[in-house]
Amino acid sequence: MKLPLVGVLALQGGFSNHLAKLQELGVAGREVRTPADLDGLDALVLPGGESTTMTLGIEREVLTGPIVDFVQSGRPVLATCAGTILLDDSHLNIVDITCERNAYGRQTHSFEGEVTLAGNRPFAGVFIRAPKIVRVGNDVEVIATLGDEPVGVRSGAVTAYTFHPELTKDTTIHEEFIK
Amino acid sequence: MTDELTREATFAVKTGMAEMLRGGVIMDVVDAEQAKIAEAAGASAVMALERVPSDIRRDGGVARMSAPEMIRGIQESVTIPVMAKARIGHFAEAQVLEALEVDYVDESEVLTPADEVNHIDKWDFKVPFVCGATNLGEALRRIGEGAAMIRSKGEAGTGDVVEAVRHIRQIRGDIKKLTVLDESELAAAAKELRAPLEIVREVALSGSLPVVLFVAGGIATPADAALMMQLGAEGVFVGSGIFKSSDPEKRAAAVVEATTHFADPERVLAASEGLGAAMDSLESRKLDESELLAGRGW
Repeated sequence: MKLPLVGVLALQGGFSNHLAKLQELGVAGREVRTPADLDGLDALVLPGGESTTMTLGIEREVLTGPIVDFVQSGRPVLATCAGTILLDDSHLNIVDITCERNAYGRQTHSFEGEVTLAGNRPFAGVFIRAPKIVRVGNDVEVIATLGDEPVGVRSGAVTAYTFHPELTKDTTIHEEFIK
Repeated sequence: MTDELTREATFAVKTGMAEMLRGGVIMDVVDAEQAKIAEAAGASAVMALERVPSDIRRDGGVARMSAPEMIRGIQESVTIPVMAKARIGHFAEAQVLEALEVDYVDESEVLTPADEVNHIDKWDFKVPFVCGATNLGEALRRIGEGAAMIRSKGEAGTGDVVEAVRHIRQIRGDIKKLTVLDESELAAAAKELRAPLEIVREVALSGSLPVVLFVAGGIATPADAALMMQLGAEGVFVGSGIFKSSDPEKRAAAVVEATTHFADPERVLAASEGLGAAMDSLESRKLDESELLAGRGW
């Protein structure tokens, strides 16, 4: 069986943290900076970072179409923090959600929070200048919550979280992604 | 959301913020107008300061934290993170910056030091700190004091990368040496580095700093940025290099592009074309000892 190859968008942000996680799980990763880097990938990670910087980078590299095509091909996509913002209805419009950027405030209000994943499993979430998912569309399932607020969603093969599973030791979310 | 589910300003949250800046360019700006230009060019954060280093160098006098209204003006004009500088050891300036809710404080040798013995106790703050270092010992002492991000010092305001190259090579070289030492040798190394043994052990084991490592000081061109990234920097600060050049919009975007595609010479070439004149520069070797900034802090 061919081993899966997972791409991580590497224009700016926490891409190396995701690559380290994939390596830890024995999965080959590739940094994605241009449309050609998407060729032959089995799955894609949209990491955290600065969503403005990443959006400008996607435009500069003419990656909008190729990323949309990739998602529509049904291959798994994992998005975290700014990556989740990129998917929403005012950016790539791939997942039917609306995000509010920096919704908890500036960095001094960034926090670690006790997230609950589907199946009532706890997960230590690191939230950095995090967005909030302020609207969840009909075909979108909430798969992680903080208190009563959605912090993770699933839509088809796309899973998206507002926190950073790549910054903690827990590999649960990455394991589910590569399965 | 209830408060018992969350904890603010943990070390993971402070270092995590810097992790999200990786592969990006942080640009010095002196007003809202420049901040908007930096953001539109793809900067991943801006550093708000009153005068860019080359002007501080030229004007002389005591360089202090920027005026709050100027920082606030920048915070209101962009959505990317806003950093600001406090003088070495001036914890009251840092307190003011924290009250302003800047996203990161740079305890910076570019400003005139306020304390010649002590750096700021950075554990005491909710806001994360970045600090300059010229070698591994200095970097680890800053981390021991609570810094959540390290940058080379370089020689700010010169447009000369030679010092930044020296610092990043020194830090990376020092780390490599640690990785081959055994436990008893590590204790001696910690003593020599004048750094906490616990952190020295962690670095020896992982082969990297426990926080993100950026470069700063003298970066003026896309190729400068590509050089620093190939030498192992995880991102770049550009001070005077952008807004002291002839075409800041274009140069800012070009440095961002070269930082992303640092390993692809064709892309660095493309980014380097048609930028006009770089900033006026100073050769750091020809500066008088008293004019050097990198020696501030210890």
